[in-house]
Amino acid sequence: MAHVLHSEKAVSTNPLKSSQPLGAAFAFLGVAGCVPLFHGSQGCTSFALVLFVRHFKETIPLQTTAMDEVATIMGGADHLEEAILNLKSRTKPELIGVCTTALVETRGEDFAGDLALIKARRAEALAGTEVVLAATPDFSGSIEEGWSKAVVAMIDGITARVSPRRNPRRVAVLPGFDMTVADIEEIRETIEAFGLEPTILPDVSGALDGTVPGKWIPTTYGGTTVEEIRSLGECVHCLAIGENQRTAAEKLAEVADVPYSLFASLTGLKPFDRFVTALAELSGRPVPAKLRRQRSQLADALLDGHFHFGGKKIAIAAEPDQLFRLATFFVGLGAEVTAAVTTTQGSAILEKVPADEVRVGDLGLFEELAVGADLLVTHSHGRQASERLAIPLYRVGFPIFDRLGAQHRRQVGWRGTRDLIFDVANVFQSDLHEPTPEGLNPFRRRENDHDSRPSPEPRRH
Amino acid sequence: MLSPKVQALFEEPGCDKNRAKDEKARKKGCSKPLTPGAAAGGCAFDGAKIVLQPITDVAHLVHAPLACEGNSWDNRGAASSGPMLWRTSFTTDLSELDVVLGQGERKLYRAIREIVETHAPPAVFVYETCVTALIGDDIDAVCRHATEKLGVPVVPVHAAGFVGSKNLGNKLAGEALIDHVIGTHEPDDVGACDINILGEFNLAGEFWMVKPLFDELGIRIRACIPGDARFLDVASAHTARATMMVCSTALINLARKMEERWSIPFFEGSFYGVADTSDALRQIAKLLVERGAPADLIVRTEAVIAREEAIARSKLEVFRPRLEGKRVLLNTGGVKSWSVASALMEIGIEIVGTSVKKSTPEDKERVKQLLEDEHKMFEGMAPRDLYALLARHDADIMLSGGRTQFIALKARMPWLDINQERHHPYAGYDGMVELVRQIDIAIHNPVWAEVNAPSPFDADGTVIGERVIGGGASTGARAASPASAALEAAVPAFHFKKFAASGVGDADDC
Ligand code: SF4
Repeated sequence: MAHVLHSEKAVSTNPLKSSQPLGAAFAFLGVAGCVPLFHGSQGCTSFALVLFVRHFKETIPLQTTAMDEVATIMGGADHLEEAILNLKSRTKPELIGVCTTALVETRGEDFAGDLALIKARRAEALAGTEVVLAATPDFSGSIEEGWSKAVVAMIDGITARVSPRRNPRRVAVLPGFDMTVADIEEIRETIEAFGLEPTILPDVSGALDGTVPGKWIPTTYGGTTVEEIRSLGECVHCLAIGENQRTAAEKLAEVADVPYSLFASLTGLKPFDRFVTALAELSGRPVPAKLRRQRSQLADALLDGHFHFGGKKIAIAAEPDQLFRLATFFVGLGAEVTAAVTTTQGSAILEKVPADEVRVGDLGLFEELAVGADLLVTHSHGRQASERLAIPLYRVGFPIFDRLGAQHRRQVGWRGTRDLIFDVANVFQSDLHEPTPEGLNPFRRRENDHDSRPSPEPRRH
Repeated sequence: MLSPKVQALFEEPGCDKNRAKDEKARKKGCSKPLTPGAAAGGCAFDGAKIVLQPITDVAHLVHAPLACEGNSWDNRGAASSGPMLWRTSFTTDLSELDVVLGQGERKLYRAIREIVETHAPPAVFVYETCVTALIGDDIDAVCRHATEKLGVPVVPVHAAGFVGSKNLGNKLAGEALIDHVIGTHEPDDVGACDINILGEFNLAGEFWMVKPLFDELGIRIRACIPGDARFLDVASAHTARATMMVCSTALINLARKMEERWSIPFFEGSFYGVADTSDALRQIAKLLVERGAPADLIVRTEAVIAREEAIARSKLEVFRPRLEGKRVLLNTGGVKSWSVASALMEIGIEIVGTSVKKSTPEDKERVKQLLEDEHKMFEGMAPRDLYALLARHDADIMLSGGRTQFIALKARMPWLDINQERHHPYAGYDGMVELVRQIDIAIHNPVWAEVNAPSPFDADGTVIGERVIGGGASTGARAASPASAALEAAVPAFHFKKFAASGVGDADDC
């Protein structure tokens, strides 16, 4: 049970968060034939675009309503309309996902109303293209919340309300923003092993998996299709992964009466046991031998790996669901989470994080709390703290811009957990310090605390 | 609706582009209206931060909700020889409550105080952004108050994103420096050979490839703005004898105002390319001598130039056999296109196209003469057209910024980064050699042959390549390669349109 503490500081030093509209755009990028559209000034879009490109190393479709000073003051409905029509004619997308930004939200217009009017007035011009809206001002929430708002918006706006005939083999899956391409593939394979047909929303594995398409495509070119979103009501069940996906699962239940189960994490032996059990129940089939073998491989990896994790001090800074998932993983192998920092306060999962306290804050705070830890776990921006504290950094989440292959690293399922154990254990092993007489001298640390090695001097500016 | 300050910048008399316009066109300013749904490029805040952030010992505080700073920090490759504070990101990260209750100003003051207390920087720069401009936070007043109370210069930077482009933001940054920083410190070691360099960012540390040349000549860099600058250097910049402006569009207003106010003459030059580097050294020597430096400086400079050029030429010659006849597409706004182009052409590289988006009419004329074909110049290119050109392999390599990197890679084309995020230094004589070396490395990488070879399997997975066990050709006889036929269909021929409208020209300057 963790206490959740909010920061009292006025200045945010080295932000941990990425913005809420970026999270929404991220989700829209997992839909085929989509262009996310930021309703705001072009600068916000440019920053988000550059960050996406640095992370995925792909061309990313992302557009802007290009609000200028005048439009901001006078109201932006015209810009929104023009942008949607321009996008429609230039890129012929299946879906335009509008994400509002702080700029337009500060003035506070009725975006949903505007959009409804635009859609009605331009019904003909927009035929064949869905347009949905996620209200995602930068001044609240974070990437995780933006993500779920976009998913809710898609279900709300696209999924057919009349419940069609159920397909007993079809299941809906709502993954979190921190699932990589490899994670999604792992989930899909596992579900298919039971003869079930998953519809994964959003599905970043189609478009952002680093293929070379062979021609120029101005929209996303893979992922969940709009048709699949429309017919989500056919699913017999919905599997929501991460507390953050609860609102979207509830929306699907409301819209199309699809019952759901929530899985707080798919990393670890037990958590994935639950998931696989659910699949066995849904399919009425036994767990295939191939999967059971993976489970036993993980058991072995846990045995081999625990030596490296036991007693280690881990500092994690991540979005709420991700923090919970990683913290339970490390604690499950005998490590201790000595610093847990997250981005926003709202999530119910935070209290369940296995640490004394969870601090809402930035990487500046993380760096203070992480002194004396054996491993830092956060995204690439943790590199400065890692350098200054001389503690290795294990990169997770978004953005990862200074390492290749982030999208192909697997952390869910039995196999993914196995990979994660090996990855992290190898970081520990490459950071081993040879014993020295000074380091082991019993008199050396008398006046100090019980730290097993000298706490590094933070570098001064 | 343009504020007077912004309006004045648009009338910049030092700007060649502007001088060519008539009165009415000038009033409208140089910002082209953006097309909603078809715009690219950064905002004024982005531009201002690019220019100011490399001042290494200053705390840069962004007064905004998260997006402005949270999505963009620590993303540029300027280098510091000492202080690292500039790489620490500070933002007020305004919450909904702050915005609704109008607590922005109080939060800003507290943020400044916290920074001063924990980091004791020589100055704090406060950046205004769209939301804080919209809610009307009086940043000037807060900065003034903080300066008095805390005894540290706190500088307001008025460059809310929505007032205009990145380029305008560059200039607004210059305004902040002239209004609040330059001239606020009197150094006690003023000399006759002190110069300023404006618009040099020290990307990948490249200015360190040039600085030793100045050291050798006894020329002191009083302030290099902003690359590897310290606050006091910038505050003392008014004592220099001459200014060289490196990135022609970014800080022209600053150069001109410094000339007005402190009679420091300036010229535009570049350290990219052999000829340009020599030219820059020559001009600096000349200006300094005119202003009282010993006359032998000119002779000494010529000697250094002759020596360095000879070394560079001989180093470049080595690459001729490997690069002669190779076709380069230059797709960048900032790096002086003609200077790099001419250096590449000197060793037999062909320039098949160059962007002149940020170039002055004078530069364009030079490019035209150099390339002998104005159709090889373009303002910007739509991603689709650029992809088409690259997919047809009408060039052997593209040199551009990160924004178009993946267009090249998806077209399976060699690509070299020559903008903000790059990792290689290209300034000065050695820098030019490095650029050519990197082109060589990129073009001759064996992966290009590998990824461009057609797959041995067709769309159905049937083997159409050479058999492994049976020997001989496979059954699915391959007439014209289906892959390349598909490419032909998907990619129409592209011809350079002169100044094609809207595109993904890399707006990343300098
Ligand atoms: S456009 Fe405005 S809100 Fe967006 S990043 Fe630039 S300054 Fe910030």
